[in-house]
Amino acid sequence: MDIPRYWRLKSQRYRLQGRRCTDCGSLSFPPRQVCMKCKSRNSEPYEFKGKGKLYSYTTIYQSPDRFEQIIPYVVALVDLEEGVRITAQLTDYFPEQLEIGMDLEMVIRQIYEDGPRGPILYGYKFRPILCPGIES
Amino acid sequence: MSKMMKPSRDVGIVGYGAYIPAYRLPGTEISELWRDGQDNKFLPVKQKSVPGKDEDTTTMSIEAAQNALKRAKINPAKIRAIWVGSESHPYAVKPTGTVVAEVLGIAPDTLAADMEFACKAGTEAMQAGFAFVGSSMGEYALCIGADTAQGRPGDALEYTAAAGGAAFIIGPAEESLAVLEGSYSYVTDTPDFFRRAYQRYPEHGNRFTGEPAYFKHITSSVSALLEELKLKPEDFAYVVFHQPNSKFPLKVGKMLGFSKEQQKYGLLSPSIGNTYAGASVVGLTDILDHAKPGERILISSFGSGAGSDTFSFMVTSKITKAAKLAPKTKTYIDRAIPINYAAYARLRKKIIKE
Ligand SMILES: [Zn+2]
Repeated sequence: MDIPRYWRLKSQRYRLQGRRCTDCGSLSFPPRQVCMKCKSRNSEPYEFKGKGKLYSYTTIYQSPDRFEQIIPYVVALVDLEEGVRITAQLTDYFPEQLEIGMDLEMVIRQIYEDGPRGPILYGYKFRPILCPGIES
Repeated sequence: MSKMMKPSRDVGIVGYGAYIPAYRLPGTEISELWRDGQDNKFLPVKQKSVPGKDEDTTTMSIEAAQNALKRAKINPAKIRAIWVGSESHPYAVKPTGTVVAEVLGIAPDTLAADMEFACKAGTEAMQAGFAFVGSSMGEYALCIGADTAQGRPGDALEYTAAAGGAAFIIGPAEESLAVLEGSYSYVTDTPDFFRRAYQRYPEHGNRFTGEPAYFKHITSSVSALLEELKLKPEDFAYVVFHQPNSKFPLKVGKMLGFSKEQQKYGLLSPSIGNTYAGASVVGLTDILDHAKPGERILISSFGSGAGSDTFSFMVTSKITKAAKLAPKTKTYIDRAIPINYAAYARLRKKIIKE
C-alpha cells in the first residue's frame, strides 16, 4: 500500500492537472518542475481539458499483478488538444471501434484496487467521445 | 397538520445529469443458463445495464455530477453539500462523496455524506438537499442516487439488478430549470428486502415485495402529496415511479389514475433494468431532457424497508438551454454494448481466481 503517493498524485489523476511554464507557456503532463523547453523553474498548475486524439495503442495481455483483474486492456498514447502526448488506458469502446486519430475524452475510473483490504485508486482513462457536439 | 414538506425559501433543480454504463446483459442469457430458456417469454425486463470492470458507484456518480454541473453552469466551489445515496458504496467505511467532491472541484468547503435507503437513497439525498438550500445554509447542494446492484446468480433479481445513476444540483428557485412545488415522504417498518452486513447478495420476500411494499408505499405517498397540493393526475405532463421491472410502474400509475402516455419518458427499466437508487431519478433526467416550460412533473421513489418520497416540480424556461449542455440520458441508453453471461460473470466479479 502506498497511501501517501495516492494522496499526493490525486490532482493529476482526478483532474489531469499538469504544469504551465510561466516564462514560455509550455505545458507538461505529468507535471515537471523544470520546463523542458526553456529550463525555467517558474510554473503554475494547469488543468488539461481532457479531450484528445488517439495517436497509438497496444493491448496488454501480460500485466503487472495489480492490473491482473482487468486483462486484456488497452494502453494508448493520447494527443491532448493542448498539444501534450500522454499515456492512458482506454475504456468502454466497442470491439473494432478503435482507430488511430479518433476523438477521445477523459473519464474517471477505478485504476486498481489495492487488494481486498487496501484503498481503491481512481484516476483518468480515455474513451471514444460520447457527444461530439457538446463543449465541456 | 399539513403533511406536505416544503422549505420556506423556494428551491429547485438548477442542473441534472445521468450516467448509465455501456454494457447490456439480455434477460435471455440468464434464462438460458439457469432455466433452459423456460421463462424467455416472461422476462421482467428485456436487458439490464452492467458496469464495466473499472466502474463503481463513485465513478458513475462522478460522471452524472459532471453532467449536472455542465447544465447548472455554476462555480463548483459554491456547492456546500454533497450527498450520495446508494446501497453499493465502494467502501464500507470511507465516503463516496469526498472523491466526487475532489474530482469536481467542490472540495474542501463542503459537507459530504453517503446515504442508504435501498432504492430510495437518491430521493432521500434530494430531500436533504432541498432542506439545506431551502434553509439558506448553502447556495447549492449536489444530490446523487447511483447503484451497481448485485443479484445472486440464478435468483429472480438477477434479471433486473442493474447499474446507473443521476445527479441533481439543487439551488434557489430563480435559477432553477424545475421548481419544487412540494414533497412528501412516507415510511413504515416493512421487511420486504434487505441485506445484512458482510453479505454480498440481498434477501427478498418474494410476493411480499409487491402489495404491502411497492404499491402500498407509492400510492400512499403520491395520494398524500396530490391532496396537499390540490392537484389531480391529469395536472401532470409526466410521472415517473421507481421501476424494479417493466410492469410495476405502469400498474401503480393505473391505480393512481395516471395514463401510460404520462410515462412515455422516464420509464427506462425495460432497456436498462432496475438501477436501484438510480431508478426513479434517472427516469426524471430522461423526462427533463424532453420537458417544456410550464409542464408539471411528478416523481415517486420506493425504497425497501420501506418508504417512498414524492415530489412535484414545475418546469421553467431555463430547461430549453440547459437540456442541451450535457449528454442526454437517451445517449447513454443507446450506447449499448451487448455481453453474454460469461462476460457478465467476470465483470460482476462472480469468477474468483484463487
Ligand atoms: Zn518554459
